[in-house]
Amino acid sequence: MDGMVAATKTSPDGTGITLAGLTKTFAGEHGVVEAVRSIDVSIALGETVALLGPNGAGKSTTIDMLLGLQEPDDGAARLFGGEPRAAVAAGRVGAMLQTGQLIRDLTVRELISMVASLYPRPLAVDETIALTRIEEIADRRTQKLSGGETQRARFAIALVSNPDLLVLDEPTVAMDVESRRAFWATMRDFAARGSTILFATHYLEEADAYADRAVLMAHGRVVADGPPTEIKAMVGQRRIRATLPGVPLESLESLEGVTRAERRGESIVLACSDSDAAIRALLARFPGARDIEISGADLEDAFIELTGAEADA
Amino acid sequence: MTFTTYMRYEALRTLRNRRFMILALGFPLVIYFLIATPNRNEQDIGGTGISAPLYLMVGLVAFGTMNAMLGSGARIAAERTAGWNRQLRITPLSPRTYFRTKVLTGYMLAAMTMALLYAAGTALGVRLSASEWFQMTVLLLVGLIPFAALGILFGHLLTPDSIGPAIGGLTAALSILGGVWFPVTGHGILHDVALALPSYWLVQAAHVGVGGSGWGATGWIVLAAWTVGAAYLARRAYARDTKRA
Repeated sequence: MDGMVAATKTSPDGTGITLAGLTKTFAGEHGVVEAVRSIDVSIALGETVALLGPNGAGKSTTIDMLLGLQEPDDGAARLFGGEPRAAVAAGRVGAMLQTGQLIRDLTVRELISMVASLYPRPLAVDETIALTRIEEIADRRTQKLSGGETQRARFAIALVSNPDLLVLDEPTVAMDVESRRAFWATMRDFAARGSTILFATHYLEEADAYADRAVLMAHGRVVADGPPTEIKAMVGQRRIRATLPGVPLESLESLEGVTRAERRGESIVLACSDSDAAIRALLARFPGARDIEISGADLEDAFIELTGAEADA
Repeated sequence: MTFTTYMRYEALRTLRNRRFMILALGFPLVIYFLIATPNRNEQDIGGTGISAPLYLMVGLVAFGTMNAMLGSGARIAAERTAGWNRQLRITPLSPRTYFRTKVLTGYMLAAMTMALLYAAGTALGVRLSASEWFQMTVLLLVGLIPFAALGILFGHLLTPDSIGPAIGGLTAALSILGGVWFPVTGHGILHDVALALPSYWLVQAAHVGVGGSGWGATGWIVLAAWTVGAAYLARRAYARDTKRA
């Protein structure tokens, strides 16, 4: 442990997180599941990165490996230039895992204090409670919390460590609107302190609003890595579905605001960068289009389209 | 990193679990009063020259403390199911400190069990010399070490569903074979088996209070072997136990 308790946000090689050729395979019920297939990602100190992808993309397995909870089959995860376990043992990592409840019979404040006692330089408990805006549940026993309140208390537990790296796996999943707003407000405050933040999400909007960069994962691979706006353009913001037989896809793809067109029997699906322009163009050019639906981007579908061919290879 | 703070909260949450406390502490006490009270004037139980309240007290002390130590397994299994173990794994908490906390919490409950049964025994007329109380207590505390390791081991191997019956069955078997209820006599296979069990030596420790001679070399060796074996397996089970629940 010696020499590892340095209270700096730096690392020997200047990197926050390095994932190199990271690979993990499980023996599933239906044969072998390649959860993570040789991914390479570097995250610089102070960056806020969203790990974006649908369920089953390999986000949680990646996070488990970078926290040292699972050993990769191949490749390596390094935190601050060292082993994940070393960074964790030095108290430099705070994390909120995807699943997990709190242990019972303590108040939220007591539990935060208990966890804080494990770290070399924790935040003050009252400061953490204020930062995460959980004053009203601080003196309640953990077993009396609702799902959303539990998530917020778990977030406080991750933050009290005062980490150089904060890792959050689908933090907002069980939260109501109010909790979500409070959560992201806290995240903004915390990011301003210069910590490195990695959060997994399957909401494109969250990546767009809160991350400097999004790493898009699907079927265990990184399929895109860049500013969230680029990712957003790639997967299309909205989709238009319509019944429109006999129209070639090329003429649909040439419509204004349409990034990609696809046929499903009688129907067509248009991925749009600008759905307002696209719907006008579509109706102007093909007045026969009917049963029209416009929906928000379905990431899961978009990912499958983006990656479908190679994923099944 | 202040161990005392962490330990204090661990103890606090154990003491606050009312249902667990009532069962862990109350159960041996109730059995004791149920059996010992009607026989409180029996001064020569089974021709041993020992009074019934004393004989039953030492037996239940062995039983109750064994149960208290193994009970930490049930708490660990519940924490694992809640995913708390994975949460701890991403803190600087060392396995050493983790084990220390669990063992000390087990001892806290064992000590409370002892104190209650000693008081109950005294209320029913048990009188021992200060040195007998002392020797019995010290040997019991030492004899409980393998049970602390076994509790942690089971906690990391079993689920909350299965650990209740497992601990209940094990305690029952260990206490019968170890001589909690009836003295282990003769030289048959059962006797040989008993001699290899940690519970037998725990009962021998308690029997210091009824004029027993404590442990010879065999006792120390058996207890050391169980401690080393169970602690090794517990450490391995803990290290392996990082899967998502």
